[in-house]
Amino acid sequence: MSNYEMVVGLEVHVQLKTKTKAFCDSPTTFGAEPNVNTCPVCLALPGALPVLNAHAVELAVRAALALGCNVHRTSIFARKNYFYPDLPKGYQISQYDRPLATAGRLAGVGITRVHMEEDAGKSIHDRYTGATAIDLNRAGVPLIEIVSEPDMRSAQEARRYLQTLKQVLEYVDVSDVDMEKGSLRVDANVSARRMGETKLGTKTEVKNMNTFSGVEKALEAEFVRQVAVLESGGRVVQQTMLWDGAKGEVRPARSKEESHDYRYFPEPDLPPLVLSDSYIEEIRRALPELPDARRTRYREQYALSDQEIDELVADQPLAAYFEETATALGDAKSAANWVRGMSSSALAVRPAQLAELLAMVKKGVISHTAAKTIFDDMEKSGERAERVADRLGLRKVGDDDTLRQWIVEVKAENPTEWARFVAGETKLQKLLVGLVMKKSKGKADPQRVNELLLLH
Amino acid sequence: MNANFERAAGLNIILAEDRDARPSVDEGPLYDVPVAIKDNIATLRMPTSCGSRILEGYVSPYEATVVSRLRAAGAVIACKTNMDEFAMGSSTEHSAFGPALNPVDRTRVPGGSSGGSAAAVAAGVVPIAFGSETGGSVRQPAAFCGVVGVKPTYGRVSRFGLVAFASSLDQVGVFGKTVDDAALALRIIAGRDPMDATSADVPVPDYRAAATRPVSTLTIGRPIEYFPDALDPAIRERCDEVLDRLREQGATIRDVSLPHSGLAIPVYYIIAPAEASSNLARFDGVRYGLRITGEGLTAMYEATRSKGFGTEVTRRILLGTYVLSAGYYDAYYRKAQQVRALITEDFRRVFASGVDVLFTPTTPTPAFKLGAVSDPYEMYLNDIFTCTANLAGNAAISVPIGTVNGLPIGGQIIAPHFGEQTMFAAAYALERL
Amino acid sequence: MAVTFDDVRHIAALARLDVSEERLPTLVGELNAILAHMEELQRVDVSGVPADLAAGMTPMPLRADDGRQYPLARPRETFAPAMGDGFFLVPRLATHEDVDE
Repeated sequence: MSNYEMVVGLEVHVQLKTKTKAFCDSPTTFGAEPNVNTCPVCLALPGALPVLNAHAVELAVRAALALGCNVHRTSIFARKNYFYPDLPKGYQISQYDRPLATAGRLAGVGITRVHMEEDAGKSIHDRYTGATAIDLNRAGVPLIEIVSEPDMRSAQEARRYLQTLKQVLEYVDVSDVDMEKGSLRVDANVSARRMGETKLGTKTEVKNMNTFSGVEKALEAEFVRQVAVLESGGRVVQQTMLWDGAKGEVRPARSKEESHDYRYFPEPDLPPLVLSDSYIEEIRRALPELPDARRTRYREQYALSDQEIDELVADQPLAAYFEETATALGDAKSAANWVRGMSSSALAVRPAQLAELLAMVKKGVISHTAAKTIFDDMEKSGERAERVADRLGLRKVGDDDTLRQWIVEVKAENPTEWARFVAGETKLQKLLVGLVMKKSKGKADPQRVNELLLLH
Repeated sequence: MNANFERAAGLNIILAEDRDARPSVDEGPLYDVPVAIKDNIATLRMPTSCGSRILEGYVSPYEATVVSRLRAAGAVIACKTNMDEFAMGSSTEHSAFGPALNPVDRTRVPGGSSGGSAAAVAAGVVPIAFGSETGGSVRQPAAFCGVVGVKPTYGRVSRFGLVAFASSLDQVGVFGKTVDDAALALRIIAGRDPMDATSADVPVPDYRAAATRPVSTLTIGRPIEYFPDALDPAIRERCDEVLDRLREQGATIRDVSLPHSGLAIPVYYIIAPAEASSNLARFDGVRYGLRITGEGLTAMYEATRSKGFGTEVTRRILLGTYVLSAGYYDAYYRKAQQVRALITEDFRRVFASGVDVLFTPTTPTPAFKLGAVSDPYEMYLNDIFTCTANLAGNAAISVPIGTVNGLPIGGQIIAPHFGEQTMFAAAYALERL
Repeated sequence: MAVTFDDVRHIAALARLDVSEERLPTLVGELNAILAHMEELQRVDVSGVPADLAAGMTPMPLRADDGRQYPLARPRETFAPAMGDGFFLVPRLATHEDVDE
C-alpha cells in the first residue's frame, strides 16, 4: 500500500443563499410542501424562459474571489442535455467552456474553475410502490460548482480542503454550506498510482458521501480497492462508485444512462453575462477578511495561543465579537478566554457590556464565578453588569470579619477535612476555598480567603 | 365577439374558438378587434397544442406576454389557429389535426408553419392574426394567401409564452389585410419584456407614421442571389415590374450582393433542429401533456414522445440530436454558427453602404397543391428567400404584389436591425402600387 | 459523413424516441440526404470569424432577487398527468440509484 499514492480531485456543489431561484422568481425556502415553490419557468411549461438572478451572480463572484479565482468579464451559459424526471427542461442550464471564474487556490489545492448552474429537483423513490415522486421545489435553485485540480494526496487532505472551503464560504456569507440540508454536496474523483509516477491513473467518480468524515472514509475505501486491483495485475475501470455509509464500503453504481453525451451548446435564451471591472472590484473591496488572513493578523496582533486563535477564527461572528470585546476591555487574553466558549445566543449581549463585566473581574470587584451568574442574568434581563451585580448582591466581600465567619462555618460543617488540612494535606485547600465561595454565594474574595486559610 | 367564424368553414384553419371572449379593458387601440393566435402561443382560455398530439387539450396556466399586451389594448382573443406541428414545416400539412387549406384555392396549401393565421386573415375571419417566425413561417404563408406578414427584428417582441422551436431564431409575427393594420398590431406587442432575456431594450416608435415617408427618399437594394436564373419567370417579371414602378416614383434601385445567401438553408437546417431537439426535450409526459405509460420510466418517455410527435418533428429532433452529438458538434453546429455570422455580416455590410432596405421575392413559387411536396429537403427550399432574415435577425415583411396564374405572390422587404420604420415605409409604398 | 443504422438507433435512444425497425431505412435515407446538403459548409472559409459566438451580442439583463412569485392561473393538478400528495408521479426508473445527478 505504501508504494502507491492516492490522487484526489473534488467537485463541490454549493447552493447560493438567494431568496429566489436562479432563473425565476420562485422562492428557495427549504422544506416547503412539494411543488409549491414552482412557476412556469422552473416547471418548464411550454413557452417559459429563464432570466438570471442578479444576487446569484453577486454571490457567485464573491465566492470565486474568496477562492482566489480570476473572475472573467464575459462568461456564457450552456445547456447540458439529458433526460431525468427531476430535470424538467430535459437540460440543465450550466456553464461549459466559458465559465464565470478559473485558476484559484485554497489550502494548497488548485481550483480549476467556479461556474454557475441550476439545481435539479428531487426524486423520491421509496414513497410509492413502483413509482417515483418528483418534487421540483429545488429545481432551479442557484448553485456554484467548484472544481479542484487533482492536487490532493490523502483522504485527510481532502477533508481539510473541504473544511477550509466551508469556512471560507461561511465567511463570505454566500451559502449555508450545510451538508445535511444539501446546500453543500461533494463528488470525488480518485485514482491511484505508484509513488514517483507522474502519469495519472484511471480515475473513478465517487458519489453519495453525506458528511466530511464520510468523504474521508469513502476515499480511503476506494483507494484500497483500486490498489488491490492494480496489485493483482488488473486495470481500474472508469466508473461511478457509490459510498454506502451504513456498510462502510464503495460499490459500483448501476449506470443511469448508457452514455453521457450531454451535447453541450451555448444557451440561446441567455445572452453572455458581462461584468464590468468596477463591478468585480466593488465585490472584491467588500470581501471580509478571510480566515487565513485573520489568523495571521491575530498571531501578530494578540498574544494568543494557536488553539485559541483557531477556535475564534473558525466562527466569523465569534471572531468579530472577540475583537470588539478585546478592544473595549484593552485585554485580548481575558476576552479570548471568555469568548471562545460562548454560544451564539450569548452573542446578544453587546461586546462593550461584556467588556464592562470582565473589567469588574479584573479589578477584583467580583469573582469569576459570580461573573458567570451575572452574565446569564445580563443575557436574560438586558441590564448592564454593575446593576446586575448590585441587584444580585454579588460584589465581592473582602472584609476579614465576614470572611472569617464563613471560614468558621465551613470548619464546623467539615471537621474531618479541616483536621486533615490542618495536619498538612495542602491539596484540600482548594476544596475548602470552594466551600467558602459556595457559602458566600460567590461573593467572597477567593484570594483573601486563601490567605486567611493559610493563617489558620 | 365579432370574428367571422363562418368564413373558416371547411378550411380547417381554426383549432379552438372562444366565442365568449370579451375585451378585458374599456378602451384601447385594438378595442373589440377580434384577433387570431397561432396555436403555439400560450393563452389562458383555449388550448395551446402547437398542432401536436403531445399537447392536445393542454390549456396553459399562464399567458404569453404578447397576449397580455393585446388584451390590455382591448383586443378580443377569438381563436387559436392551425399550424405545422411545433412550427416545423412550410405548408401546415404537418399538423396532427389535419392540414389547413388556402382560402384562395382550397386544393392548395396556405403555407406554413403559421398557415392557419394567414388563412384566417385572408378568409376574413379576423382582421389581424399572430403567428411565429423561425425560417419564414409568417412571410411565406402571407405570400401564399395574399396578405401582409411581418417578421420583427429578433428581440423586438417578447418570446415569453411562445413555445420554443429554435430559440435564437423564433419571433412572434403579425398578419394583417393591410400594412397599416400590421404596423398598428406590431406596435402593440413590441417592446422589452423582463420575462425574456433576449428581448431588446429599444424604444417602440409609431410604425404607422412611416406611411408618410416619400418613396423617393428610399434606396432599395436588389440582391442578385435572390433572383437566380431558376426563379419562376412569372415571379421574376412581377418583381421587376414592382422595382420599375418604384424607380418611376423616385426610389433609387441598386443591385447588391449577399454572397453567402446560398448557404442559408444548410445553416438553418443545422441550427434550428439542433435547438429544437433541446427545446422539445421537456415534452416527456411527466408534468403536462400526453403520457403513454409503458414498462418503467424510459418506456414512458419513448412511447409518449414517439406517439406524441409526428414524422417531421421526429426527423428534426433526430437531425438536431445528431449534429450536436459528440464528435459532430464542431463540424456541424459550430461551423453553422460561424457561417451564420458571415450571412449576418453580408446584410450589415450592404446596409452600411447606403442601402435602406432590400427587395426580393418572398417565395420561389406560389402556393403548391396539397401533397405535392413530399421530399423533406424540397419542402425546406420554400424558406430559401426568407430564412436569411431569421438567421441574421433582421426585420422583414411580405406584401402582396399581385398574382401568378390567379395565385397570390408576395414581395419581401428586408430592413436593418430595428429598422422596422424604414421597412414599413417601403411596405406602404409597395402596397400603394 | 454517412449516418448508419446504428447511429440512428443511438441518437433515437439519446432523444428518447422509439424508432421502429421498419422505419429505420427511410429515416437513415432521409437524414443522409439532408446531411449531404450540409457538406457544402465544409468548404466555407471561416477563418477570421470569431470562434466566440458571443461576439456582438448585447449582454444579459439580470433580475432582482425579489419574492414576487409568478402565479399559475390554475393548479398543477389541472394539467399534470399524475400527481399524489402534491408530487408529480412517474413510473420508477428501472436502473435508479439513490443519487442526485
